Amino acid sequence: MEKEPPVTLTSPTRAPNGSQSPGVPIRITASSDARRPSAPASSDASESATTIRLEGISCWYGGFRAIRDVSLDVERRRITALIGPSGCGKSTLLRTMNRMNELVPSFRLEGRVTFDGTDIYGRAVDPVVVRRRVGMVFQKPNPFPKSIYDNVAFGPRVNGFKGNLDELVERSLRRAALWDEVKDKVRESGLSLSGGQQQRLCIARTIATEPEVILMDEPCSALDPRATLQIEELMAELSRDYTIVIVTHNMQQAARASDTTIFMTMADDRAGYIVERGPTLRIFTNPEQRLTEDYVSGRFG
Amino acid sequence: MAADAAPGTAVRFEPNLMRRKLAGTIFLGLCLLAVGALLLTLVVLLWDILSRGLPWLDAQFLTGAPSRRTERAGVLPALVGTIEIAVLVALITFPVGVAAAIYLEEYAKDNRLNRLLRTNIANLAGVPSIVYGIFGLALFVRGLGLGSTLIAGALTLSLLILPVLIIASMEALRAVPRAQREAAFALGASRWQVVRGSVLPAAAPGILTGIILAMARAIGETAPLILVGAVTFVTFLPNPVASGYTVLPIQIFQWAGDPRSDFQSLAAAAITVLLVLMVVLNGLAILIRARLSRHLAW
Repeated sequence: MEKEPPVTLTSPTRAPNGSQSPGVPIRITASSDARRPSAPASSDASESATTIRLEGISCWYGGFRAIRDVSLDVERRRITALIGPSGCGKSTLLRTMNRMNELVPSFRLEGRVTFDGTDIYGRAVDPVVVRRRVGMVFQKPNPFPKSIYDNVAFGPRVNGFKGNLDELVERSLRRAALWDEVKDKVRESGLSLSGGQQQRLCIARTIATEPEVILMDEPCSALDPRATLQIEELMAELSRDYTIVIVTHNMQQAARASDTTIFMTMADDRAGYIVERGPTLRIFTNPEQRLTEDYVSGRFG
Repeated sequence: MAADAAPGTAVRFEPNLMRRKLAGTIFLGLCLLAVGALLLTLVVLLWDILSRGLPWLDAQFLTGAPSRRTERAGVLPALVGTIEIAVLVALITFPVGVAAAIYLEEYAKDNRLNRLLRTNIANLAGVPSIVYGIFGLALFVRGLGLGSTLIAGALTLSLLILPVLIIASMEALRAVPRAQREAAFALGASRWQVVRGSVLPAAAPGILTGIILAMARAIGETAPLILVGAVTFVTFLPNPVASGYTVLPIQIFQWAGDPRSDFQSLAAAAITVLLVLMVVLNGLAILIRARLSRHLAW
């Protein structure tokens, strides 16, 4: 990893009120590096630094091409942010990583998606297995209309979990920083929680299936700044064990919470492509492309 | 003035508050009128029935069989027939109807054949009930040789209400947000697990509403049962597969057609029994629905 220039440090925990008031220039948090002072992920020899790799991905919805020829590597136990204007295919790209797009009848994919070297679209691979290992948190909190306990237990149950379910539910809720708030009411409906709590419940639900990668599709766009901050802190915490890919419209969020940033936009035919990628700090402070600079400085998008 | 209008244009907004409020008041008035007309009809109907029927409604009426002597007449065979038919119809239509709806909504591809299927089911819901009676006569009574038994009647009524139930269940399934399905898929659930664990529980209250409406229709239906051989004068409790049978609406039909005023009062009493049965059934379903939808809110 390259040496980064000193920047103003505002670790999420110390942010005064959890939100950036409009007009304040983007401040870069270095917390992600602070928690891993010396860690190019590739230093671990036992496993490769790349988990999910996209090679030459193009996507179509019917006749409409949503993504053109995108290749990228997702680094293990890092937070990768996908940013870009609305409709540039960020979510579509994210959904190729756990085969969620297949649920859309007209969807078609070209290219290769590998997870730890295995082609997840391979003939022998069942999407059900892929989705257990590559979990997903959605834009709008979507707990099941069941109790908090049953929400977290759903994934383990459908996947034939044989261990101590009570213990797994508690551990997942603790991991999602929700346990203390709900431990006395796990039998109450998940929908009785606040928006931010619901989203942490959805994260707990995802963790409970013991995935390796967590995909987050604008997880904070329906949340207030305080809840957003909690989710970001949680992401930082989770990235010690999990690989996280997050789609976000909120550039401050990408700047605060991610290690690597990928900037996408769309061509004249509205097909999305990658403009630039790199360490988050560099993308936001010293982008190579003019388009990136315009976007991260708020001049378009 | 100048503050409201852009330079060089006339006044761009005419608030006209009075007229907008008046329109709202008129609309509200029309709605109240509609509700009032309905309530009035209901009250007059109930009053007419109860005032004539209640004096006849006693233990003798509930436990007796029809008789030429009005003071000894009762509705027990018809009441039991109706309950038996209701149970049978529920047992037949619930699994078939819900399964068909799940297939059409969750599994079937959106192709021409399936769209045709859906349209046809919607059309079936509009076919006159007498036609189902003719069909039931040909298929169940004669074709399958079931004869004029209660089971043939139940099968005929099941066919009659299946389209209604399927359509209502499909609507309920469709109303479950896509996010609910995706959440389950993203946790590694198979399609059946998604349907079973996420979609069905969320759709259950809506499906139940469909069942209530369909059952109410089946219980009140007369015409097709006359065709498939329900008889009007039954003094014994029906054996579902062997004997003749009658149901409340047919008993009512018979008594109401009798010119003697005492028999018409018997009809009013039988209507009261049918109404109470409906209210009990609906109340039960509402209770179950309330239990099922405790957790639901989006």
